[in-house]
Parts: sequence; structure tokens; C-alpha cells
Amino acid sequence: MSHGFLSPTGVEIAFVLVGVVTLGSAIVSVTTRRLVHAALWLVVALGGLAVEYLLLTAEFIAWVQVLIYIGSVVVLLLFGLMLTRAPIGRSPDADSGNRGVALGVAVAAAAALVWVVVDAFRTTWIELDGASAGTTKATGESLFQHWVLPFEALSVLLLAALVGAIVLSRKRAAEGDER
Amino acid sequence: MHLAYPAVLSALLFCTGVYGVLARRNAILVLMSVELMLNAVNLNLVAFDAWLSRAARSALPHDTLHSGQALTLFTIAIAAAEIGIGLAIVLAVYRNRGTADIDRLRDTTERGRTDGDGGDGGSDGSGAGAGSAGPGGTATGEKAEATA
Repeated sequence: MSHGFLSPTGVEIAFVLVGVVTLGSAIVSVTTRRLVHAALWLVVALGGLAVEYLLLTAEFIAWVQVLIYIGSVVVLLLFGLMLTRAPIGRSPDADSGNRGVALGVAVAAAAALVWVVVDAFRTTWIELDGASAGTTKATGESLFQHWVLPFEALSVLLLAALVGAIVLSRKRAAEGDER
Repeated sequence: MHLAYPAVLSALLFCTGVYGVLARRNAILVLMSVELMLNAVNLNLVAFDAWLSRAARSALPHDTLHSGQALTLFTIAIAAAEIGIGLAIVLAVYRNRGTADIDRLRDTTERGRTDGDGGDGGSDGSGAGAGSAGPGGTATGEKAEATA
């Protein structure tokens, strides 16, 4: 099979287009001054990442991403914004004073990472044709054959997080009743 | 597909998240940037899993465990737990302090305590002496609420 930078395949073109949308919405999400719009742009970025997972033949991961990130995490973030009485319009103090330093660090890290990654994987290709490696069947089989113990440990961790979140948010309700 | 495409996109998304974490003031926006960074790592894991599991057909050393996709699922679950706990902490801080701005939560800063002004810690007095950030801050907030 012949590979080349100058003859990109359709999957690569789709990946780059969706990647541009994802990166752009991520950048808007971290730079906009409207807090609710930031959460909504995050939806676009996470959905774009789900499409990228589909293009990388990881179907199960893609739908888990849609369900958990877009379905629950963003809703949680919107609830958090609502409960902290975030302003709907522009809030001029959304960014702190060290924006310049943050921009410098981010650009330097991006330049270093992109340079290293491109240099390291210049001749590496993913073979995407053939049987998919990320179907629900394959993922479930590997998950419940080789990864059962981490899976169960993760359920305990989720339970601990659930209890922790309830304790953290119930305490003040009890105190409020006492007052 | 060239492996550089997902790797470069993941690196750029991670740096976007780094910028958001460093530049944002609202705690919830910082949590959103952390989510972006976690997603960049997930994309890397999925891409390298696709690469390594496809190498199984050749003579290269390959990965039969689907480590990348399994770890991606674990990362997504842990990120969900993290965002739940993080939002609970942010809401607790907001209810006790009336603000979710990270810049104003500097009770545990050492410079402020030696100077004696303590930033906005005037209402909670010596309670700011509790060292650790998480439970110490909560205890401080409770004391402030009790004295209010």
C-alpha cells in the first residue's frame, strides 16, 4: 500500500476537517467571555472528538463519549454555572491577569509537542481498513477478559465519588436547617 | 491514516486546555479546560490503540489487550467522577464564600498571612491556619458561616 502526504485519503481529509472544527471550538471555548457559551462550545469540541473516534474505528468509545461527556458532563457544567449564578452576558473578569503568561506557556508547549510528535511518527501509518478493532463486541470481550479487575475497582471508585459528592453537597443543607 | 494527524490534534487540544487552566478565573471554566486536556489524552489513547492493534497482522510486536480503548473507557469514567466531585467542591466554596473566582481564594497563601492582611480572609480569622487546601478550606468556610 502506498502512503504519501501529497495524496491524502478520504479518511484523512475528513479527520483534518473535523479536527479543525474541534480545535476551533475548543479555542473559542477557552477564550470566550460568555460563560454559558463556553460550555456550549465545549459541546461542539466534544462532539467533534466523538466523530474523530468514529473515524479511528473506535465506535464504542465514540458513543460512550457522546453519552457521558455530551450527555452528562456538559449538563453538570451547565448546572454548576447556573448554581454559581454565572452571568448570561459578557463577564469582563472571566480571564485572570496572567493571560499573557498562559498564552506563552501554551504556545511553547504546543510548539514543542507538535515538533516532537511529528518528528517521532513521521513514517507511521494506521491501517484503518479491514475488521474494526473498536466494535462493541471486541471492546467488551477485551474489557471483560483482560480488564475485569480494573473494571471492578473503577466501580468502587465511582461509588466512592458518588458518596463523596453527596456528602459534600448535603452538609450545608443540614447546616442550613440548623440555622 | 497517518499517525501524525491524531497525535498533532491531541497535542494542540492539550495545549488549548493548558491555556484555559492557566488563564481562566472562574473555577468551572477551569474544570472545563481540564476536561479538554483529558479528552486530548483520550484521543491519543484511541489513536495509538488503532495503530498497535492493526500492527497485529504484521510481524511487529503487537497489542492484543486493547489497552488503549480500555484505558480510554477508564479515563472517561474517572473524568466523570472528577467532574462530579469538582463541581461539588466548587459549589461548596461558592456557598460559603459567595464567589467561584480562583484568584480570590487565597486563604492558604503564605505571603498574605505573614503580611497580616490575609486577602479576603478577614471574616474567617485564624481558621485560615488549617493547612490543606480541600478539607481545610471547607472547615474554614464552615467557621465563617458559623460566625456570620
